[in-house]
Amino acid sequence: MANPAVAGSLRNRLVLSLIGGAALLALILFVAVRSYAVQVAQQGQDRILLASATSILDAAAIRDGVVEVDIPFAAFAMLSTPADDRVFYAIYQDGTFLSGYEDLTLDSGQGVGSDRFTTTDLRGVTVRQVSANRRLIGANRTTDVQLVLAQTQDALAETLDQISRNAAALGIGFFALAAALSLWVASTTMGQLNRLTTSVTRRGPQDLSPFMKPVPQEMAPLVTSLNSLMGRLDQSLSQSEDFIAEAAHRVRTPLATVRSYAEATLQRVDREENREAMRSMVKAIDESSRAAGQLLDHAMITFRADHLERQEIDLVELVQDLVTRLTPIAEMKDLRLVLKGDPVVRYAGDPILLQNAVRNLIDNAMKYGPVDSLVEITVAADVVPTITVCDSGPGFPPDEIETLTTRFKRGRNSENSVGSGLGLTIAQDVAEAHGGTIKLSNRTEGGACVTLSL
Amino acid sequence: MRYLIALAFTLWATLGGAQEWEDRRMFNDAGTTPLRIISSTDTDLFEPLIASFVAENPDVAIEYLVTGTADIDAQFRAAPDAFDIAISSAMDLQLKLANDGFARVLETIEHPEWAEWRQSLFAFTTEPAAIVINRAAFAGQPIPQTRQELIEALRARPEVFRERVGTYDVRRSGLGYLFATQDARASETFWRLMEVMGALDVQLYCCSGDMIDDLAAGKIAVAYNVLGSYAAARADEENTLEIILPSDFPTTMMRTAFVSTATQHADAAERFVQHLVTQQSTGDEAGPTLPALRDQSDGAERAIIALEPSLLTFLDTLKRNKFLAEWESAVIQN
Repeated sequence: MANPAVAGSLRNRLVLSLIGGAALLALILFVAVRSYAVQVAQQGQDRILLASATSILDAAAIRDGVVEVDIPFAAFAMLSTPADDRVFYAIYQDGTFLSGYEDLTLDSGQGVGSDRFTTTDLRGVTVRQVSANRRLIGANRTTDVQLVLAQTQDALAETLDQISRNAAALGIGFFALAAALSLWVASTTMGQLNRLTTSVTRRGPQDLSPFMKPVPQEMAPLVTSLNSLMGRLDQSLSQSEDFIAEAAHRVRTPLATVRSYAEATLQRVDREENREAMRSMVKAIDESSRAAGQLLDHAMITFRADHLERQEIDLVELVQDLVTRLTPIAEMKDLRLVLKGDPVVRYAGDPILLQNAVRNLIDNAMKYGPVDSLVEITVAADVVPTITVCDSGPGFPPDEIETLTTRFKRGRNSENSVGSGLGLTIAQDVAEAHGGTIKLSNRTEGGACVTLSL
Repeated sequence: MRYLIALAFTLWATLGGAQEWEDRRMFNDAGTTPLRIISSTDTDLFEPLIASFVAENPDVAIEYLVTGTADIDAQFRAAPDAFDIAISSAMDLQLKLANDGFARVLETIEHPEWAEWRQSLFAFTTEPAAIVINRAAFAGQPIPQTRQELIEALRARPEVFRERVGTYDVRRSGLGYLFATQDARASETFWRLMEVMGALDVQLYCCSGDMIDDLAAGKIAVAYNVLGSYAAARADEENTLEIILPSDFPTTMMRTAFVSTATQHADAAERFVQHLVTQQSTGDEAGPTLPALRDQSDGAERAIIALEPSLLTFLDTLKRNKFLAEWESAVIQN
């Protein structure tokens, strides 16, 4: 059977796109959480800086015409952080430095009452600074007190590190969960296809009935097409089988009539060459009749194997029956049928099928067995019941043992025998219908053996 | 002879630069790695710590320089590369030096969060500010246990205490300023005490040592805001002094050390600070050594001055000027 050309995998495509999507979402989640955290943390620091700056400016006053700034203790206390952030400040009056850190310069162009946050470098470290302004109104003049308050961002960085770690853990957790889910989703989705594949594969060779198990909506068209294909197949197959059976049947009856005319004519004809011609004719008619019989048998077996009805039987009795029936034919060919083996072998099977199979095997043996020889039939109850039929003929060609059970295949050494090539096939079909096997072998002292194991 | 000594001192001072140290000692001259330590702690109190350090680290030679807390700040800012380690009892000045970036971060030192700042400034003692009195002046009188009781005792007998009370000159002493500002923050009682002391012509000192010398000698009867550790060193041998830890509100400072960012011997300096904090956190108190580092946070409220940026508040020029003006108006009344 030709393997289909494979391009890509639905499962991989599904898994990849789901996992890729999950990774993208996890990344977006991480970035979003982190940037939001940065914003919130920075707002927190800014708020405290502004509160501190406000409390310092609030403590500014003009006393005796001089600006005093009595920095409240709480102003710097509130800037204390777990990471011990450094604090810098500078107080200016109308742009003139009053107190604090002189390298913390005042932003130029600053309007009254505006609070401005900037992130800058001071003494080699990054600081967040707020600039605030307060206008003091004295007795005869107004003056602006400006404050620049700065704080390092170690605690902020620590907080952000922690949040980043948590966000990363969240992202990775989300991704892992999503990846596991995608694998699960992909395998369950593909599982439906696999189940359908399995049920197609598991079907017996004759089973062409439609699939009835429920399938997902998306797979329904496929199953419908499959069912319709199988329906057509089943129909055409049964049509052809019917046709064969009908043809065989129709041929057999006229053949019997022709044969009886031929037999009668043979009695009346005296000339030896005519008698010889008549005998050849009878032989040819027999051959055709047998082939038609086997075709009918085969059609019957195919039908019965599909609807196997087992019943308790004794195989020895069944075979003994056959031997008794076939003995006259064997004697005509100067052959002897010998039944050996166990006295009673019980088995539950279809007696008609089994009888048919064994008869075909004995037929074959009688066909190939030389004049005045034995056909040995052994019925044994080993691990499984076996029926072995052996002759003393030429045996099977060793290179053909594997292929001989194929329908209409005949051995190379069968040219001068009557037969259609269906005998072994029928025996094998019966064995398989019963869950057994058929085995061909050659005896060392000469002759072929066929073992039917049930 | 006296002239010769004076001449030698002058010469030494000239050769050694303009700086005059309260004390200057070399430990383990044989060491190949020199460490210069600028400190406000008397050599006698600090010697055992250095001795145990050089015993374990014979490669380190230590030059120990003693000066006042305010001078340490000035010296260090002028030449940060001239000293490897700075040790001072003025927590605010030390914290400002660290805040200004003079202190090196020492990653390997494990120290409780409340006793370090930025992993660069390390506290190694807890020392309360004490009222120390000469028992003779209080013979037959109740010993004051709070600032309020001290005010009452001073007011009751001004003739006994006139010119016989002493405290830090907060203009010159960094530690005195720290104690005064913390007291002022805690209670108004401080200002009333200052006014009472001012009225009694208070004697002003630069250092705890001098104050206790005068107290032991009987020149003064009461010393306010003296370091308990210095007084304890004397109280053990002399029965004349009594140390009172005021029960209304205690003020406790921590002596701190940091390594200069400009040090050439970072490893040795870090080892020294490690030794310092380890000894002071776990070491026994045998001998005339410094008080250990103890967590008193579960005791009286605001027992220990916190190592926080709020210490910068009173160092602000405007704030300091205002505080000193108020202090002067209270204390110097003539």
